[in-house]
Amino acid sequence: MIWGVVTFPGSNCDRDCVHVLRHVLAQDVREVWHEERSLSGLDAVVLPGGFSYGDYLRAGAIAATAPVMDAVRTAAGRGVPVLGICNGFQILTEAGLLPGTLLRNRHLRFICRDVSVRVESARTPFTQRLDNGAVLRMPIAHAEGRYTASPDVLRLLESKRQVVFRYCDPDGQVLPAANPNGAARAIAGVCNRAGNVVGLMPHPERSAEGPLGSTDGRQIFESVLLAIAGVR
Amino acid sequence: MRTVRVVITLKPGVLDAPGQAIRQGLRALGFAVDEVRAGKYLELALPHGAGDVEEMCARFLANPLIETWRIEEGERQMATAGGTAE
Repeated sequence: MIWGVVTFPGSNCDRDCVHVLRHVLAQDVREVWHEERSLSGLDAVVLPGGFSYGDYLRAGAIAATAPVMDAVRTAAGRGVPVLGICNGFQILTEAGLLPGTLLRNRHLRFICRDVSVRVESARTPFTQRLDNGAVLRMPIAHAEGRYTASPDVLRLLESKRQVVFRYCDPDGQVLPAANPNGAARAIAGVCNRAGNVVGLMPHPERSAEGPLGSTDGRQIFESVLLAIAGVR
Repeated sequence: MRTVRVVITLKPGVLDAPGQAIRQGLRALGFAVDEVRAGKYLELALPHGAGDVEEMCARFLANPLIETWRIEEGERQMATAGGTAE
């Protein structure tokens, strides 16, 4: 399968994603520039983390207007797995491909540390290799990660199993103290109704190799390999 | 040229962490203040008869999920016009 990793001006985790896919998972990767208008031929697309357009206006808002986003929308509509990591998650919400939005962290600080998240929905291509309730250790690095949506949308996300990851303690308990940024219902990641578009604040590409302290993030990419294999 | 000013703030009820921090600073300086809402201020220069500013706000300048906006029309000079930088 062929992965696409999109680079916007200000993306800074794009090389990390390409490295993990190409060198850790031995995948074919096409590096996609934000001005490109077609993603045809790609089996999965990653919008990486970073500070696209300096986070001007709102994090992800300007990147959401980039030419490549029409192609991302088309691919998502065809069922192609799309993963937004950190700033990529913010871009997907700004583009309307995922519900809700990401606000400034509750305590205003940029937070960079390892967190635990619990898999809440194994129905997405990025989690189907995992069990509901599995705990993953991955780093977060963001200032705008406090997930927010209207009460109605939050209820809908729960009932349609669109909450994919929740912040938890290392034992999998969802406790206020384990919620780093004040996210509503401790939400760390969500998916669209169809389940093929997933956004999360933690960085799986920074936790995919032993020397980095955790290989849990690798399972998110590996899940897609299974999902695609199942389709074909 | 028509000048339009847009003020964007978080909706009432949305936790405004920067606003709260600013309030805390004002109180630390001894000022009595009940609430501060932080926001963004934009000035747009538009050709006459063009530009649906309401739509600009709804689609891009603001996030309707969490923000409200106020549009002010006026003849005031753009703050940056002319350039007085030394």
